[in-house]
Amino acid sequence: MQKIEAVIQPSKLDSVKDALVEIGVDGMTILEARGHGRQKGHTEVYRGREYSVDLLPKVKLEIVVTDDMVDRAVNAIIAAARTGTIGDGKIFISKIDEAIRIRNDERGEIAL
Amino acid sequence: MRVAVVKVFLALLLMLGVGGPVLAGQKALAQSPVATSSAPQADRLATLEKQTADNATAIAAAQTSGDNAWMLVSAALVLMMSGPGLALFYGGLVRKKNVLGTMMQTFAMMAMVTVLWALVTYSLAFGEGNAFIGGFQNVFLHGVGLVPDPKYAATIPLQTFMVYQLMFAIITPALITGAFAERMKFSSMLVFMFLWTIFIYSPMAHMVWGKGGLLNAALGGRIPCLDFAGGTVVHVTSGVSALVTAIYLGKRIGYPKEPMPPHSVVLSFIGACLLWVGWFGFNAGSALSAGTLATSAFVATHFGAAAAAIGWSAAEWMRQGKASALGAISGAVAGLVAITPAAGFVTPMSALWIGLVAGVFCYLMVVKVKAWFGYDDSLDAFGVHGAGGTLGAILTGIFANSAINPILGAGKPTGLLEGNWHQLLNQFAGVAIAWTISIAGTLIILFVVDKTMGLRVSEDDERDGLDLSQHGEEGYDWAH
Repeated sequence: MQKIEAVIQPSKLDSVKDALVEIGVDGMTILEARGHGRQKGHTEVYRGREYSVDLLPKVKLEIVVTDDMVDRAVNAIIAAARTGTIGDGKIFISKIDEAIRIRNDERGEIAL
Repeated sequence: MRVAVVKVFLALLLMLGVGGPVLAGQKALAQSPVATSSAPQADRLATLEKQTADNATAIAAAQTSGDNAWMLVSAALVLMMSGPGLALFYGGLVRKKNVLGTMMQTFAMMAMVTVLWALVTYSLAFGEGNAFIGGFQNVFLHGVGLVPDPKYAATIPLQTFMVYQLMFAIITPALITGAFAERMKFSSMLVFMFLWTIFIYSPMAHMVWGKGGLLNAALGGRIPCLDFAGGTVVHVTSGVSALVTAIYLGKRIGYPKEPMPPHSVVLSFIGACLLWVGWFGFNAGSALSAGTLATSAFVATHFGAAAAAIGWSAAEWMRQGKASALGAISGAVAGLVAITPAAGFVTPMSALWIGLVAGVFCYLMVVKVKAWFGYDDSLDAFGVHGAGGTLGAILTGIFANSAINPILGAGKPTGLLEGNWHQLLNQFAGVAIAWTISIAGTLIILFVVDKTMGLRVSEDDERDGLDLSQHGEEGYDWAH
């Protein structure tokens, strides 16, 4: 089992979600986030006072999948989320030790 | 055949139409010689006299209902400027941890000033007194009934006048709250405003609008100052007092290093639009009747606001490359402030000029002057109301037109453009008095409250925000 965390542009959430559902990813968690990588922020001016906003709104999507699904899921996310411009986001992958379904205590891949 | 029938029918109708009156006339002629005795003639005279009197009463009643309808609506419109108008306008400009605390400050005025008005401040503002302040004869609204007071407004119940003026007394202190936003204790704010309404608003309102007031142009003041709807009484006093409180309290923690952008320009936007609409009650209502003067004040108000929105936006566009929503609404409010003393005295074209100048002037006050001096007038109560009100009061002395409002006598020149330079001096005098009272009075009140109960919230409370620390609640509960 591996966890895929993808930080993406908020406007790309729907297409990424659809792409993942299409390849058979059943569950996901979405967080509204703020952040920046290499992307520069922007300046906002309120009554002449300038504020540089470098933490931009993003969506962070978390899914946990079986090992054999990881590549397909990552490709689906990349294909759906890419605009080709700076600020498209990043994907992080990590190993997951255990998954537990709260309702019936199922453990392991069957709980995904 | 049918045509003939119609012709006969028409002829008959014609005979009835022409003949009826003729016959009736003959009858009247036949009767008139009989009515030569003097008694019936006296009866008819009495009937006519009674009819004339009845007509006069009916006309007066009709005018009263017309004027009263507009004045009650105007009173409601001016209250709408405080809540929700100003509460939203200011509420959107603060950080979200202070949104309720800021709105509550305005709402508290709606409750507290109202009670105070009924108990004593109406009497101090509009009761008979000396040139500076009214007396106590109207305390507890004693003598403030449904009969008009011709000196104030001859065609509306005095209670309508009273409640209309109350709405001005509410919004004036509420305007000040923008200067000390995000850092004043709620309890101290209440005490400060309580004293401010008694010692600054009441005398200022009395001087400009009260019977025998020093600056009252309509009721024989010694220095007749033109202030149609409260440029000095409302905006100069609140704006200058705002500046004093902002300086006395000091800056918010972190100002100007930490970013403190408005948490919702959307709320401010709705608030500003409500202010604009409510201002028709504020200015056109100040005609105290529904006649032509109300129309000219209404038109001037609208034109002033529009031109100022354009003025501020244009200045911002040129300096910063973009015209912001916050800039446009701030400009509109600045224009409404500046046109307040002038509405009801100036032509629509003059209103455009006043608005345009006010939009640019207030933009520079807020963006440049505030930064130069470095005071933390958090929501620009001084930059918009103090500066715009002062400018408007002076421009009124320039643009006032006797054709719009012959307040100094029919045909007598009113403003500087008509050749009455003396009026401009009076306007300066009015402004100077308003500034002096506001600075001195506010300083004394602040000092007293500061030494007895303290003005500012603790540092921790300020960081937590007024919503939690002062009211135990939050404007936005993200968890549910």
